[in-house]
Amino acid sequence: MTTRLLFFGALKEAAGANQRLIALPRHVDNVEALIAWLGESDEPLGQALSAPAIRIAVDQRMAARDEKIGGAREIAFMPPFSGG
Amino acid sequence: MNPATEILVSDAPFDPDEALSAFRARHKGAGAIVSFIGDVRGEGGDVESLTLDHYPGFTEVEIEKIARAARQRWPLLGISIVHRVGEMAPGEPIVFVAAAAAHRRAAFDSVAFLMDYLKSQAPFWKKETRNGATKWIEPRTEDFADKARWDRDGE
Repeated sequence: MTTRLLFFGALKEAAGANQRLIALPRHVDNVEALIAWLGESDEPLGQALSAPAIRIAVDQRMAARDEKIGGAREIAFMPPFSGG
Repeated sequence: MNPATEILVSDAPFDPDEALSAFRARHKGAGAIVSFIGDVRGEGGDVESLTLDHYPGFTEVEIEKIARAARQRWPLLGISIVHRVGEMAPGEPIVFVAAAAAHRRAAFDSVAFLMDYLKSQAPFWKKETRNGATKWIEPRTEDFADKARWDRDGE
C-alpha cells in the first residue's frame, strides 16, 4: 500500500521534493517510527522532521507523534505556520 | 460550514474593496461591519516578491475551525475571509477579513481574533524573495504573543 508524504515550507528543501510516495514497512507503525525510518537513509531529513515545532497531519487531521499510521494515505510534515 | 461564514483561498489576485462591498451587501441589516486588509510589505524596495504555499483542503478546514471559534465567542452575523496563495508583489493584498454583528464590540474583537489566529494557526508557509535571494519565513514571536492574549482575556 502506498502512502504519500507531503513536505511543506523549508522541509521541501530538506526532503528534496514537495511529495514522496512510499510503501510503509510493517514495523513503521506510528509517526515517530516513520521519522526514525526516514532518518535512517537521510539523517538531515530525520533531524529536520524531529524538530518539536514541526506539526504532523495524518489523512488531513492533526496528529501527535505517537499516532498510529497504519493504513494512512497521506502524511504531511508542516513547519510553523506563517499566514496573514 | 456555517452559511454565514465564507472562506476563500485564492491563487489569483483579489480586490479587497469588492470583497468588502459584497460582504456589506450580504449583511445589510447588521449594524456593525469591521474589516481588515493585509498587504505585502515592500520594506523600502527590498522585498521583490512573497510566495505563499498551503495544504489544499486542509488549510480551508483549519481556517473554518478558527472561524467557528470566533462564532462561539462573539454573536456574529457573518464572517468573510479571503487569503491569497501563490506569488505576490509588494502592495498586493494577501488577506481580507470581515465580520458583521449587531454591535461594534463583537465586530472589532472578532476581526482582531481572526487575524491573530490566521497569522499562526492557519497552515500557510511564506517564502520571501529579497535582493535576489529566496528564504522561508518563520512566524514572529509577536504573532504567538498576539494569539495568547485571547487566552488571558478569556470570556
